[in-house]
Amino acid sequence: MAPAPARTAPAVSARGIGRRFKDRWALRGFDLEVGRGTVHGLLGPNGAGKSTAVRVLTTLLRPHEGTAEVAGYDVAAQGARVRHRIGLVGQNAAVDEVLSGRQNLELFGRLHHLGGRAAARRAAELLDRFGLSDTGKRPVGTYSGGMRRRLDLAAGMILDPPVVFLDEPTTGLDPRGRDEVWSAVRGLVGGGTSVLLTTQYLEEADRLADRISVVDTGHVIAEGTPAELKSRIGGDRIDVVLHDEHALAGAAALVEEATGHSVRTAPEERRISAEVDDRAASLTRAVRALDEGGVAVADVVLRGPSLDEVFLHLTGPRAGTGSPAAARVTGGTAAPEQQDTRQEARR
Amino acid sequence: MNRTAPRPAAPAVPAPAPPSGPLHRLAWAAADGWTVARRDVTHWLRQPWEPLFGLLFPVLMVLMFVYLLGGAMSVPGGGDYTEYLMPGMFAMVMVFGLGETVTAVAADSARGVTDRFRSMPMSASAVVVGRCLADMLRSAAALVVLIGFGSLVGWQWHGSAGAALAGFGLLLLLRFALVWIGVYVGLVMRGQGGIAVIQTLEFPIGFLSNAFVATATMPVWLGAVADWNPMSSTVAAVRGLFGNPAAAGDGWVAQNALLMAVVWPLLLVAVFAPLCVHRYRNLDG
Ligand SMILES: Nc1ncnc2c1ncn2[C@@H]1O[C@H](COP(=O)(O)OP(=O)(O)OP(=O)(O)O)[C@@H](O)[C@H]1O
Ligand SMILES: [Mg+2]
Repeated sequence: MAPAPARTAPAVSARGIGRRFKDRWALRGFDLEVGRGTVHGLLGPNGAGKSTAVRVLTTLLRPHEGTAEVAGYDVAAQGARVRHRIGLVGQNAAVDEVLSGRQNLELFGRLHHLGGRAAARRAAELLDRFGLSDTGKRPVGTYSGGMRRRLDLAAGMILDPPVVFLDEPTTGLDPRGRDEVWSAVRGLVGGGTSVLLTTQYLEEADRLADRISVVDTGHVIAEGTPAELKSRIGGDRIDVVLHDEHALAGAAALVEEATGHSVRTAPEERRISAEVDDRAASLTRAVRALDEGGVAVADVVLRGPSLDEVFLHLTGPRAGTGSPAAARVTGGTAAPEQQDTRQEARR
Repeated sequence: MNRTAPRPAAPAVPAPAPPSGPLHRLAWAAADGWTVARRDVTHWLRQPWEPLFGLLFPVLMVLMFVYLLGGAMSVPGGGDYTEYLMPGMFAMVMVFGLGETVTAVAADSARGVTDRFRSMPMSASAVVVGRCLADMLRSAAALVVLIGFGSLVGWQWHGSAGAALAGFGLLLLLRFALVWIGVYVGLVMRGQGGIAVIQTLEFPIGFLSNAFVATATMPVWLGAVADWNPMSSTVAAVRGLFGNPAAAGDGWVAQNALLMAVVWPLLLVAVFAPLCVHRYRNLDG
């Protein structure tokens, strides 16, 4: 009989996980610790290994190296026990399109051996909790992206598992769907569930997670609270897009002076980006300087740092322009067409 | 935003205890299999046109072969072509079921439903058992419809009811073997690729057999290939059991059709069932 895990065991603990496909490592030396009742964000670009990590931790893939425990049980040796304590909401909404929302939840309830009556009661509770009561009878095929994702979340919560895995829960959703899913996730957390959430969006990790692990090429390159990470990667940015490429150098100098930070330029997009310390004030200064300098501006945007910029800060500049993280991923040995189809499938 | 008192949510439902003995585990697997199969039944009820179109196709094939081509067909050794054809059509419907299996399995894999099942505390065999149950139900229903339709166009069985039942049993046994091939192909080639391959192969498999014409009318080497097609054994055995004209060749397989109609499917299951289970446990290698 396996010993019962300590009550204080972390929700997820992984040490030196390695997993390869053919002879290419998708995950290598991967470490992670998710405290009980916390939300942990795995932030990384396409192909970083986020889904592979989730699939190892949910017992779908065997690790080739390292050990991991979920809810105190070993994922390799005690898979059945782990499966009793987790909910998985995978990267693709894994609900039946033909069945109604209610029928889906009843199906998963019966597969959790609740019995017909209890499964029906549980389905009604979950529909209510995830704001789907009105649409419970419609086939899922007619749901919006946000509704489908919330149903997917509900299906992962049949037994109120102590640990829930959410793989890119908002990718492909419009802002409204994203907000719906975010508040659903906050609801889970309010109930004390531990959550491991993967995302490509810094903003999402920032909004939802207590701690973030930044993942690149199969291992964690930085870990900390959102505030710690943000202090390492700087604050907001402005983007200035010009009409005329030839004005780029002059405009860059003006923006640099107005913001007090060095700029990055993307000539092919006629775009200048710079960090700003004081948001609106810097923005106003920059726009005024450009106007007085007679530069024709196509667009100005104030925004948080992008994932590219996070990586730029954490790993230093890389060869090539544009998207350093993506460039590194597709520059590997992954078949390019596979990358393409994976991205296609997400839309 | 650290929460000071993380506590598990008040469980709205008591989590059922995991199965204790092997019997209990078997009961869970059976219940899960039935639950999974019921999902398909709900699909058919919600979208009946899909299975109905599936039935229309063999019905059209029968019409085509009986009225369009039937006049030009003669059965070596004599006999009515419709009577010769119908057992072949029954087996053809079993082969068409292969595409249905692959489609269902590949769709679940591609859409993450299979992953969700695998991450749940349900028995690994339940998904495949459920698939099997649903596909057998559907093929049995198709068989019943085609038997009725065959009677309308002049087919009938001449032997005892027992022999006829044995014939239907052999047809379903062939379908049972094809379920495992379909599950395997669906798991290996997720997505549309596998479906296209199977749907393209169904016709050569069907025509390269004794289902539509006697293998004796083919070039010798091709006739030998067709005789060794597992489907041919089932068709020949079923013709014998129904008392329909058989026009069997004189090779060893053709002469031992009844035996081979049992051996072939069992052999296929013996090969593909372990492959399926292995593949399901180790998806992604
Ligand atoms: N089943 C598989 N077979 C072969 N290679 C795989 C498989 N699954 C993942 N990979 C490879 O492993 C690497 C990590 O993939 P993974 O899906 O974990 O990334 P991810 O961070 O989830 O990316 P995304 O944001 O695109 O979902 C990629 O290079 C991918 O091509
Ligand atoms: Mg992924």
